[in-house]
Parts: sequence; structure tokens; C-alpha cells
Amino acid sequence: MLALDRVARTMLWQELVTGFVLTFKYMFKRKVTLNYPYEKGPLSPRFRGEHALRRYPNGEERCIACKLCEAICPAQAITIESEPRADGTRRTTRYDIDMTKCIYCGFCEEACPVDAIVEGPNYEFAAETREELFYNKEKLLANGERWEREIAANLAADAPYR
Amino acid sequence: MADLWSGAIWPVLLITLQILAIVLPLLLAVAYLTYAERKVIGAMQLRQGPMTVGPYGLLQPLADGLKLFLKETVVPTGANRIVFVLAPMVTFILALIGWAVIPFGDGLVLADINVGILYLFAISSLGVYGIIMAGWASNSRYAFLGALRSSAQMVSYEIAIGLIIVNVLITAGSLNLSDIVRAQGEHGWYMIWHFPMFMIFIVSILAETNRHPFDMPEDESSLVTGYNVEYSAMTFALFFLGEYANMILMSAIATILFLGGWLAPFDIFPLNLVPGPIWFILKICLMLFVFIWARATLPRYRYDQLMRLGWKVLLPFSLVWVVVTSGFLVAFDLLPK
Repeated sequence: MLALDRVARTMLWQELVTGFVLTFKYMFKRKVTLNYPYEKGPLSPRFRGEHALRRYPNGEERCIACKLCEAICPAQAITIESEPRADGTRRTTRYDIDMTKCIYCGFCEEACPVDAIVEGPNYEFAAETREELFYNKEKLLANGERWEREIAANLAADAPYR
Repeated sequence: MADLWSGAIWPVLLITLQILAIVLPLLLAVAYLTYAERKVIGAMQLRQGPMTVGPYGLLQPLADGLKLFLKETVVPTGANRIVFVLAPMVTFILALIGWAVIPFGDGLVLADINVGILYLFAISSLGVYGIIMAGWASNSRYAFLGALRSSAQMVSYEIAIGLIIVNVLITAGSLNLSDIVRAQGEHGWYMIWHFPMFMIFIVSILAETNRHPFDMPEDESSLVTGYNVEYSAMTFALFFLGEYANMILMSAIATILFLGGWLAPFDIFPLNLVPGPIWFILKICLMLFVFIWARATLPRYRYDQLMRLGWKVLLPFSLVWVVVTSGFLVAFDLLPK
């Protein structure tokens, strides 16, 4: 009887029919993919994207050239040079990040005592040449200005968990 | 002068226009079949499919065609140039000329010949040559192996298809495709009377057109892409168009032989108002959906399993069915006169 059952299932293509019904049902399910450039997925406030150097609300740059980020960077992507400014405060004269070396571990923002260097929510900074990915201080500050609203919101959202 | 016009120029012009009226929509259908395939398989895999070019990606086939058109055709150094270039043309042309005998509606046929089904069978058998030529002329191992597989597979499954067609022929009593459809109008669709044959025919045309799950010749994982490895740009596009045109042709044959061609499913009021060609196209679309559906559902067969299925299962079964059908027809005196 068991053999007959098996023969009948084979002859009636039972497994094939099951498979075809399954794929047919799946055809009407909700799509799981996003239409990427037009639709984007949600990002965590902790998302580690493109770097930015922030400023205080009065326009003064936060970075005090303590070089903790440079020290902790496992990929050694950060290069900092500093000098006392005319008003006696210590400031960076050079702050470079080699984005081709960076591994987006987020240690730099963890190490920063003044929340100056942060990794923002931007992940769409692909470039056509390597040179465009060697970020200097100017570029990083410009990023800070461009993304300040999102970065501040993300930091505030994540603050209770730190 | 008037003689020349009515005797030679006008008939030639007319036939050319008729051919264009078939071929141009066919090529458009081929282009959009690739789109439909990507969309349907995408949907079955919970993806969206092409969405970027035009609304819902509707212009994607045109973009693909343009890309293939503008690229450079590379002919490998070791290749036989003439045969290499000839092979895709053979495939493409053979995929098109089968349409000469396909009846789109009652009397809507380019060449209403009495051996229509035999002609179609011959054309689809010739299709092997394009692939063998491509595989041989490429002077590449992958291409050659792909061509060998493909030709063995097509030859094997043609025999099963031949016997299936015999079933339809002895029931309909004609080799003329239009007559076969008309006979189905009287007897009911052969899909009902020859249901197992219909299923085997679907399996066989999947193998005959080298489609999943029988796409051994294009087995990406073991043969890179089979007989067309060395082809690029327009020569590749011709193979691609030929393969899809063949799919549509085979769907048309299945429609004519088993699904009642241009006939409405039931001869009742709202359905029989719809013109025949519309029914014909709808049925072809249904068959093409089955092609795509199978691709989304089934994994690829192993080559020896494929051969075993063709020779040891489908062939004997259709042979037995021929005997049963003819026995039944003779016993009840139903043979078509």
C-alpha cells in the first residue's frame, strides 16, 4: 500500500504541484526589496556612516586636538597636526581622514571627549577617484555643517543608553 | 506596366507587409517577454524586478536592446569567422520562419499549408544546427560541451514531441494547423482528451527550448553559459532573441495542438464576442507564464537524469498513449474520415 501511495504521488507529480503552488502564492506576497535610490530603509541613531567635524552653537569648532582619535584609530586613517591659536587655545591645523583606510568602527567618536568627530547618517558618498576620498579638515567641517541637524538628533536619541 | 504591378510587385509587397505584420509584433513580444520574465521571477522571489528605466521599468527591454546593439562584437582569434557569425543568424531566422504557418485566427494565417505541423516540427529540429555551429565555431571547450548537450537533448525530446503530435494528428485527422483547431471546436480541446500528453508536451518543450529546469546547455554553474560563451553584442542578442522567439513559437504550437488555438473556452455569449486572435494571444501568454513559473520553481536537472526522463519515461509513455488512442478510436469507430 505504501509503495502504491508512492507511485501514485510520483505519477500525479505531487511534489511538482506543491512547489508550483508555493511559488504562485509567493508571487502575491509583499515585496521585501526596496526601490533603493527612491526608497531607503530605516537607520539606527547609532549608524556609523560618513565622518563629520562638529562645531559649538556659537560657531567655535569643538576639536581641541587631543589626538585621542588618531591614537585609537585601528586603521590609522586619521592624521592630525596642531598648533596653539592666537587666543592661546590649542587647535588642529590639519585633520585628515583617509576614507579608503577607514573601517567605520566608530572608535574615533567613542574616544572624542568633546563630541567633535562623529560618524553621521550619510552613507552615500561614493566617489569616482581615490583623491576625493582623502578628506581634510575643511571637508569634514563642511560635512558637520551639512549634517548637524541629523547628527545632533541621533546623539540625543542615543544619549539615554550611554 | 499594370501587368508588372498586379502580377509581380503587388503580391511581393503584400507578402512583405504580411511578414512584417507578424515579425515586428513578435520581436516586441520577445523584448517584453524578457521583461515579464524578470518581473514574474522577481515577484516569486519577493523582489521588485526592473524598476528604474521608465515607469515600473517598462522601458528596460529597450535599454537592454540598445546596449547590446551598441557594443562591439568580439570574434575570438581561434574561431571560424564565417560559421561563428552565421550560427546566431541561423538560430534567429529559424525561430522566425516557424511563424509562417501559425494560424492567429480562423483564416488568419500567412501560409495555410496542409503539412503545417510537419513544417513546424522540421523547423524546430533545424534549430539544433544554430547551436551546434555556435559551439563548434567558437573553438572553446565550454561552448562545445554546451552545444553537445544541447543537441543531444533537443534530438531526444523531439522524439517524444513527435509521438505526442501523432496523438493529436490521429484524433484530428489532419496535418493542417487550422484544421486541428477546427477539429478541437467539434471534439473539445485536446487538453481534456490528451491531458497526460499535454503535460508531457509542456515538459518536452521546456527541454526543446533549453529552458529551466532543462537548461543544461546554458548551465552557468558548470559550463559558464554554454554554447554562447564566446558571443557578445548583436551576435549574442540574436541567440537571446532566438531563444525567446522559440519559447513563444512553442507556446503557440502547444496552444494550437492542445488549447484550441483561437477558439473561446466556451461558446457562450460574452466569451465568443472576443475575437479569435485575442484568445490565441491570451493562451500563448498563459503558456509563457508556465515557462517562467517553472524557471522560478524548479532546480536544474542533472544531465543523465534529463536523458533518462526523456528516453525511459516520456518516450515509452507517449508511445503507449498512441496505442491507447488509436485503439480507442478504432474500437468505437471514431476515426476521422
